[in-house]
Amino acid sequence: MRVPLSWLREYVDLPAGTTGRDVAAKLIDAGLEVETVEQLGAGLKGPLVVGQVLTIEELEGFKKPIRFCTVDVGRANGTGEPQEIVCGARNFSVGDKVVVVLPGAVLPGDFAIAARKTYGKTSHGMICSGEELGMGDDGTHGIIVLPPEHEAGTDAIELLQLVDEVLHIDVTPDRGYCMSMRGIARETATAFGLPLRDPALLDVPAPNSYGYPVKVEDPAGCDRFTARTVTGLDPEARSPIWLTRRLQKAGMRPISLAVDITNYVMLELGQPLHAYDRSRIDGPIGVRRAEQGEKFTTLDGVKRTLDAEDLVITDNGGPIGIAGVMGGANTEIADSVTDPETGVVTGTTEVVIEAAHFDAVSVSRTARRLKLSSEASKRFERGVDPQAAAAAAQRTVDLLVLLAGGTAEAGVTELTAPVAPRTVAMRADHPDRVAGMDYGRETVVRRLQEIGCDVYGQDELVVTVPSWRPDLAEPNDLAEEVIRLEGYGTLPSTLPQVPSGRGLTPRQQLHRRVGRALAGAGYVEALSYPFLGEAVLDQLQLPADDPARRVVELVNPLSDEEPALRTTLLPGLLGALRRNDSRGSHDLALFETGSVFRAGDGPGVAVRLPVDRRPTDEEIATLDAALPAQPRHAAVVLAGAREQAGWWGKGRPATWADAVEAARTLAREAGAELVVRQGQYGPWHPGRCAELVVTLDGAEQVVGHAGELHPRVVKALGLPTRTCAMELDLDRLGQAGGAAVEAPRISGFPVATQDVALVVDASVPAAEVETALREGAGDLLESLRLFDVFTGEQIGEGKKSLAYALRFRAADRTLTAEESTAARDAAVALATERTGAVLRGA
Amino acid sequence: MSAPNKSYDPVEVEALKPEEIERMRDEALAAFAAAGDLDALAHAKTAHAGGTSPLALANREIGALPPQAKAEAGKRVGQARGAVNKAYAQRLAQLEAERDERVLVEEAVDVTLPYDRVPAGARHPLTTLMDRVADIFVGMGYEVAEGPEVEAEWFNFDALNFTPDHPARQMQDTFFVRGAQADRSTAGDESGVVLRTHTSPVQARALLERREPPVYIVCPGRVYRTDELDATHTPVFHQVELLAVDKGLTMADLKGTIDHMVKELFGEDTTTRLRPHFFPFTEPSAEMDMQCYVCRGASVGNPDRPCRTCSSEGWIELGGCGMVNPKVLTACGVDPEVYSGFAFGFGIERMLMFRHNVEDMRDMVEGDVRFTRPFGMEI
Repeated sequence: MRVPLSWLREYVDLPAGTTGRDVAAKLIDAGLEVETVEQLGAGLKGPLVVGQVLTIEELEGFKKPIRFCTVDVGRANGTGEPQEIVCGARNFSVGDKVVVVLPGAVLPGDFAIAARKTYGKTSHGMICSGEELGMGDDGTHGIIVLPPEHEAGTDAIELLQLVDEVLHIDVTPDRGYCMSMRGIARETATAFGLPLRDPALLDVPAPNSYGYPVKVEDPAGCDRFTARTVTGLDPEARSPIWLTRRLQKAGMRPISLAVDITNYVMLELGQPLHAYDRSRIDGPIGVRRAEQGEKFTTLDGVKRTLDAEDLVITDNGGPIGIAGVMGGANTEIADSVTDPETGVVTGTTEVVIEAAHFDAVSVSRTARRLKLSSEASKRFERGVDPQAAAAAAQRTVDLLVLLAGGTAEAGVTELTAPVAPRTVAMRADHPDRVAGMDYGRETVVRRLQEIGCDVYGQDELVVTVPSWRPDLAEPNDLAEEVIRLEGYGTLPSTLPQVPSGRGLTPRQQLHRRVGRALAGAGYVEALSYPFLGEAVLDQLQLPADDPARRVVELVNPLSDEEPALRTTLLPGLLGALRRNDSRGSHDLALFETGSVFRAGDGPGVAVRLPVDRRPTDEEIATLDAALPAQPRHAAVVLAGAREQAGWWGKGRPATWADAVEAARTLAREAGAELVVRQGQYGPWHPGRCAELVVTLDGAEQVVGHAGELHPRVVKALGLPTRTCAMELDLDRLGQAGGAAVEAPRISGFPVATQDVALVVDASVPAAEVETALREGAGDLLESLRLFDVFTGEQIGEGKKSLAYALRFRAADRTLTAEESTAARDAAVALATERTGAVLRGA
Repeated sequence: MSAPNKSYDPVEVEALKPEEIERMRDEALAAFAAAGDLDALAHAKTAHAGGTSPLALANREIGALPPQAKAEAGKRVGQARGAVNKAYAQRLAQLEAERDERVLVEEAVDVTLPYDRVPAGARHPLTTLMDRVADIFVGMGYEVAEGPEVEAEWFNFDALNFTPDHPARQMQDTFFVRGAQADRSTAGDESGVVLRTHTSPVQARALLERREPPVYIVCPGRVYRTDELDATHTPVFHQVELLAVDKGLTMADLKGTIDHMVKELFGEDTTTRLRPHFFPFTEPSAEMDMQCYVCRGASVGNPDRPCRTCSSEGWIELGGCGMVNPKVLTACGVDPEVYSGFAFGFGIERMLMFRHNVEDMRDMVEGDVRFTRPFGMEI
């Protein structure tokens, strides 16, 4: 809503010197979102005057038609002599009244005017267009031709009201009444503590039976319909300057007098109006729902297909308007047309004015379905004062009579569904209790009266809310009115006594620890978008029946390439890796933690529960069952060097082992026992893929994979060679962990060390050898460490040697050499039995 | 030490003459002093204090002296050997100290050498900022609550008093999830499931889960709107939501809680203001602003001191807040006659932008390590 300050002053006697910014500040405090205060005519300086074109000489020989004119500017040029002006516009004739800017003036945009030579003549000024004067679009793109009654030499700055301030207000959905000058004026009057001249307080004749016939078939959709008729309109009558200027400042384009008047009254009172050319209406006006698929051409020339929910205005021939949204081309007010032969002007001479009240939800659905947001629909959606319809119709009639020479017919049609005034019961101290401060009953009542309420009662107030405030329905709504008018700035600042909380949950703590541990290990966190398409799942070589193929799809994705939600963190994270690589960072270790989404087996449809009570536990469970599983995953990706080369020596490339180690890091943070197994899974190199296993509820579960990516995946995704990755289900890892650590007993007796080298088949996993050694060694084993892996001729083809350091210690004595050797031999024996290991050198 | 010489030579022994002893001693002292390093000293020791050194040999001759001469000769030799041993020890200590000094000098390194063998990692500043905000409230007793990102419309809208026709429910803002059975050719937006458009559904979940107030929760999380990514918009972003429901909570408590957070994050003297606004799930509602922590309002109407952080407005818009709409309490099974509550929510991206002078939203989204690394572990 754009509010010209000059117009606002018509309803509120603001103190002289009050600026637009002053008003804006007060309105912001009162809760209106004033975005800017536009300064019209800033820097504008005269002389800018009305001129009358005396002569026009067409100059020949230029690329475009140029006119050399003499213009009577009265005494404005000091001499009274005709002013010589060169002009490129053609939409004027000798005798027309135009706007002339004279040398010495400055137009908006710091455009200084001086006499200058052009097209072989000297132009002493300029004949102005609306755009040059910062007036906004008048639809002509030519120079301004004024109505003939203005005298040459009259100051045009004043005449065209070029200097003004306009408040741009973003009206929130609850304040429909502020989509009008009347509503803004009410807020302004309250904010300044001044009386309001309510423009809706008009004498309106009582309804009678001889107005234009109207039949409302759907009173739920249309609870009020006022129709008035004005005849004898002069098709030649034009909108006066004050009217077009106010429309322009409010952001609307002047069109024709009748349309301008309905727009003006809408801006003034907030009531959308429609004027039908009576000669084009066939029979009584009706209001009904459209037939499914019914066709109708709106006055913007678009043919539209209607839905059975749409409310339409009809005559005998079918729809003539979509209620509250837009009128039809078939009953549109005709533009005046001058017959070039006879000079006779024809156009609409009789109109029927509609001022109706339509259901907000119905209008909003129709406007949305048709993607047709109009000034009318915007107002109906937010709520229009139903009591203003009669006044708005009257105001329109008055202006048509005044400006277009029309005659108001005596017939007044007014259909109203009976509506009781709405009341809200509220304790007088309710606003105090909401705000946390003492306003007192007197203040509460006064503030409510200021917004138009009638208030009765002492401790228990019964508040009748005004017809223009459909948003006021609950005690808190009224409390907000009191608190905002008293000022949010006066609220005290207190802190509630919060009971002691439980702190972070284990899941939340794990999430943070994981982030810190990975960052501590040199990984940088990336937060990627969770959207993906099937193509990337193919590129990751996921099998057709892979659970990660069970994507949740969006109805309206941003990109048709990525219509689904991620089931794995890898695509996003690998995308970040690729982006970094392409920007010149090649040694990369990235991590991400976040939700993935896996479609469930159900229909995935969540019902709409009631809101007037707590839903039952079963109802909540049904809703939750419609949602996909959304576990939190953690993933890392690596490429380039894990350790850089430097003065200390060589660097080390990132390998599968780093990816597996990342999983171990997470397991340590979770306190979970992680088993790493040789595995094979889609995106990973079949020989360099670790399966990550935990035990949950007594059963082993694969929670993720780690290793080097498959060369085909690397190629398909355009990744650096030997990119490595790890991804696991952090929630399940967390569930597997968290058991309290039992403290070890620390023995002070000496350690006995035994090294063994075992030769096994190359295919035997080291983890199996280690497990066997540990079990075989028994309780005396304090620790075991693989310190070398060796392959070569001495060992034999297809074999590898694993060298372990075993440390033995007893809690209660110094071990003898025989004891530690026996324990070592037992360890080796079990390894031999399980894995075929042969003690090297034996 | 040699055994006593029974068949002693009555002749005077040349080696035990006093001037001989003195000479041997002086030669030893001179040799030690001349030894330039520990090796030379070791040689000198063998020559002048070893078992075959002149003084040692002289000592053996004492037994051959007549008894009356033994005492004096023994004393003379003993004094000389004592002096020699002492000189040796002194010189040894001196040379060892010199060696140690030299070795430490030789072992010196350039400690300014860089060591970026494994460059430091970092958490994303959006993560750490969310943690930081959550911790402020956890410290006060609030609990961190979470909810699903793919959410039922009932939680995202209905329970929060967004009526079915509220504009925010429409396609232009909300990502709708396709029902599993939906045909791809149809609009398929009747699944009743959306990507949550704000963290506020966690309010409803927290009230339902906890069943009976008091409820004091803070909810950081990821949310979605159908905006295209540009310098100031992203379709995937983060919010922190706060909800308090208890007996007798007021707007003054809301204001105090916002004040507390802002002071913790931006300094003790940072002030806030509330402006009336409209949200379906709060009534009364407000927008919350904080005083610009950079210019402290000094840039307002002062073209000489423009402020980039607040665009010379003096205030920075934080987010929305208000008293929990009683309808929301009702839908979540909390009696609004007994309990009241307040809530606020704000965008973490925006806060990161103005708190750390981030100019382009895309920097937070792309995962460029050059952006994230400087933020380290905590913010």
